[in-house]
Amino acid sequence: MAGLYIHIPFCKQKCSYCDFHFSTSLKNKKALIQALCSEIRLRSSLTKTPIETIYFGGGTPSLLNYDDLKILFDSIHSNFDICKEAEITIECNPDDINEIKLSEYKKLGINRLSIGVQSFYDEDLCFFNRAHSAKEATKAILLSQDAGFENITVDLIYGFSMLTQKKWENNLKKIEKLKIPHLSAYTLTIEPKTTLNYLLKTKKINNMSDELVIQQFQFLIDYTSSIGFEQYEISNFAKQGFISKHNSNYWLGKEYLGIGPSAHSYVENKRFWNLSNNAIYIKSIQQNTPFYEEEWINENMAYNEFVLTRLRTSWGINYNELIIKFNVEIARHFNSKSQILLERNLIIKTNTGFCLSKQGIFIADSVISDLFI
Amino acid sequence: MENIRNFCIIAHIDHGKSTLADRLLQTTGTISDRELQEQTLDDMDLERERGITIKSHAIQMEYTFQGKPYILNLIDTPGHVDFSYEVSRSIASCEGALLIVDATQGIQAQTISNLYLAIENDLEIIPVLNKMDLDSAMPEEVKDQIVDLIGCKREDIIPASGKTGLGVEEILKAVIERVPAPVGDPNAPLQALIFDSVFDSYRGINAYFKVLNGEIKKGEKVKFIATNKEYHADEIGTLKLKQVPKSVIKTGDVGYIISGIKVAKEVKVGDTITTVANPAPAIQGFEDVKPMVFAGIYPIETDDYEELRDSMEKLQLNDASLTFEPESSAALGFGFRCGFLGMLHMEIIQERLEREFGMTVITTVPNVSYHCFLTSDKEKAIVLNNPSDFPDPSRIERIEEPYIKASVITKSDYVGSIMTLCIEKRGELTNQVYLTSNRVELNFNIPLSEIVFDFYDRLKSISRGYASFDYHPIGFRESNLVKMDILLNGDQVDALSALVHKDNAYDLGKKICNKLRELIPRQQFNIAIQAAIGSKIIARESLSALRKDVTAKCYGGDISRKRKLLEKQKEGKKKMKQIGSVEVPPKAFLAVLKLND
Repeated sequence: MAGLYIHIPFCKQKCSYCDFHFSTSLKNKKALIQALCSEIRLRSSLTKTPIETIYFGGGTPSLLNYDDLKILFDSIHSNFDICKEAEITIECNPDDINEIKLSEYKKLGINRLSIGVQSFYDEDLCFFNRAHSAKEATKAILLSQDAGFENITVDLIYGFSMLTQKKWENNLKKIEKLKIPHLSAYTLTIEPKTTLNYLLKTKKINNMSDELVIQQFQFLIDYTSSIGFEQYEISNFAKQGFISKHNSNYWLGKEYLGIGPSAHSYVENKRFWNLSNNAIYIKSIQQNTPFYEEEWINENMAYNEFVLTRLRTSWGINYNELIIKFNVEIARHFNSKSQILLERNLIIKTNTGFCLSKQGIFIADSVISDLFI
Repeated sequence: MENIRNFCIIAHIDHGKSTLADRLLQTTGTISDRELQEQTLDDMDLERERGITIKSHAIQMEYTFQGKPYILNLIDTPGHVDFSYEVSRSIASCEGALLIVDATQGIQAQTISNLYLAIENDLEIIPVLNKMDLDSAMPEEVKDQIVDLIGCKREDIIPASGKTGLGVEEILKAVIERVPAPVGDPNAPLQALIFDSVFDSYRGINAYFKVLNGEIKKGEKVKFIATNKEYHADEIGTLKLKQVPKSVIKTGDVGYIISGIKVAKEVKVGDTITTVANPAPAIQGFEDVKPMVFAGIYPIETDDYEELRDSMEKLQLNDASLTFEPESSAALGFGFRCGFLGMLHMEIIQERLEREFGMTVITTVPNVSYHCFLTSDKEKAIVLNNPSDFPDPSRIERIEEPYIKASVITKSDYVGSIMTLCIEKRGELTNQVYLTSNRVELNFNIPLSEIVFDFYDRLKSISRGYASFDYHPIGFRESNLVKMDILLNGDQVDALSALVHKDNAYDLGKKICNKLRELIPRQQFNIAIQAAIGSKIIARESLSALRKDVTAKCYGGDISRKRKLLEKQKEGKKKMKQIGSVEVPPKAFLAVLKLND
């Protein structure tokens, strides 16, 4: 098993863009941690090889205290074989980070922090209904570095009407100044059941025009490149040696196990997803009733997922791998479809296969679905 | 025979024909209250949704009046202008007609033309004033209109309400007392008029007929005269809510026959059934339906051509007025040139293909039938049903197009704007009559092709729905027509070519290009949309390439969701037609019809 994901479905407050599953009440926290440990036990038989990465995501994992995390780590270690150099990441909100917390993380073996900064402007943070201020974000990063965390990633959002080009430049400059080695930068996507969608529908906010979003995206690509980052996935940028192993495994089609409400797993050509409601998840685990759904991935689906995940990365599609993994008909389909995309300069040839061209990145979905079977 | 009454209902759409018919079925006990779904006679889903009876149906009721049992055959008729041939066959099977007029709206154009058809066939007309329960009913005014129109007595008009049941008993009484019993010779050789047919996938074609002379027996060998085919009458019977098999159907009565016919074209509405042993001549008045509007129907996937042919044949089984023949288009591959009775008929066929057969099709720009005279032979007309068949303009001496006489009845408030519309559509006003102080009948001579291009919708919106429309063809006239082509990135899309009047070409070309720009989604490259006459470009729009289409996040939990999302995107692309490298959604092929939306 390449990766282990643990979903912590609690938050202090709901961000305006978020449609993830979580609860703002910590009432069920104890029961949930117990349920997570039970699921870890139930799933332990699925792993045949040592775990290479562990990722605590959410929700807001930094809401957990040392005791909660200790229980989880003990359970993980007693049920799984963990690699010595495993990459162990926890997502944190800047307002949760302090010296004590950081030293606890060190003690538990956590070696990578993912800090949800989103923007270095208070007005933007207010717009997103984040619990922290810009100052707290900077402080959290400095504290983390002082505590000896070298492998830090920061999340930023762009492509929303309040973010002027100047502000976007300044946010990226701040990343450079703070010597952050990894950046995840996302265009704002307004999902259906979110506060922002309501504001958009009632015309209280506007979408940024595609042209401006693309302009910010282009700037992001150019700027990060100029300061030594590699864009190794559409929204992920890393300095040498800091590529996220956990996320890369998703994109390279490796197996992973997701624990917790709404977590997804990919094991032996099957995808599982757990029930997303905290209370129902806990109850189902306690009563030993089904707590997940599953889908068998057939060859065509597997090919589509292969194209979808690989083409988003800088490594692209490895043609030999495609030929080995899939049948002749699929290979033929790929050949004829990719030819057209090559002619349109949306994909380019690499030493090993194909990847998105500079123009292709902006319409990756259209390119990918063209290659689908 | 003297206790049989055959009657139909003439009514405008929405004047409450179906509801009133349900009341008749309920009162005569033909249908129990439990069985009574609203509008029982309209059993196609599509009919129910559109509230129009597309296909005529028949149903038999038994009713005892003054101690004597009667058989009442109600033959339902479609109410829309496109279906007048079917109406005429239904009418020919009856001796009487209920003229149902909405007391809140008065007489409409379509009612008048069907009424004239009934009067020509010597039907006894029983006027019924429906929707009397509504506050907005204006019985006296509408009664004036009816008296003016058919010259009946005021007291002959029956006030009724399908909703409350008012007048239903009186209607039944009038049908028995006023409609004459059918006449016919029970001893003569069999003559039965086919007025409808439906397709049943298990039992083949059910033909509905009325016996004019003689009788038809189960198991007899019968002949359909127009098609000259012989069959065994495997099953005959009468039509209640369900079919009731009988051993004989006698003179004057209405029934169905199942004789194992599988091929659509063998049953033609208007044909005569007789016996092989003792044949009679055909009943007069049979005609093959004449389509007025033509359009190409193509499968989206070229592989589906055979399936489409199969579906069209099945549709033709219970829609004798649909005609089609194979054609091919450079842009769309193999398909069919179809003839329709009118625009509504075309829409219905397209929808039925989708709903009943799961076929998503592309319908091309509809056109009428043109007569083209070449300089080499100025006398002989070449009939053209497809713009792409047009000869080189230099060889054409003249082109003639079909004209119609159109009748519009409307409130006087809308006369001005309706006239403007008709003149814009190259129509000429021939007559204007005030039916009452605020209801006007306008008559126009107008090219049929102008009715095809967004006429109905505009008429409806101009008159806020208060104009009714009817037409009949009045022959061909010479016109200054040119063929306008549409090009996508330089590739001519033959399916979008249209014949238009030269004076309108520039304006129309601009509108079509603009509409196509709205309807074609952005693609991975820029697209030039052009309109041209010959080699001359008369309009141009450009659609710029897709700029942004990229998902921000794709982690462990997103992969299957994003895959499904993009698979859907892929399916969407598949539904489009590839013209050169441009993907065109099916609805774009009808863009010209909705230019003013």
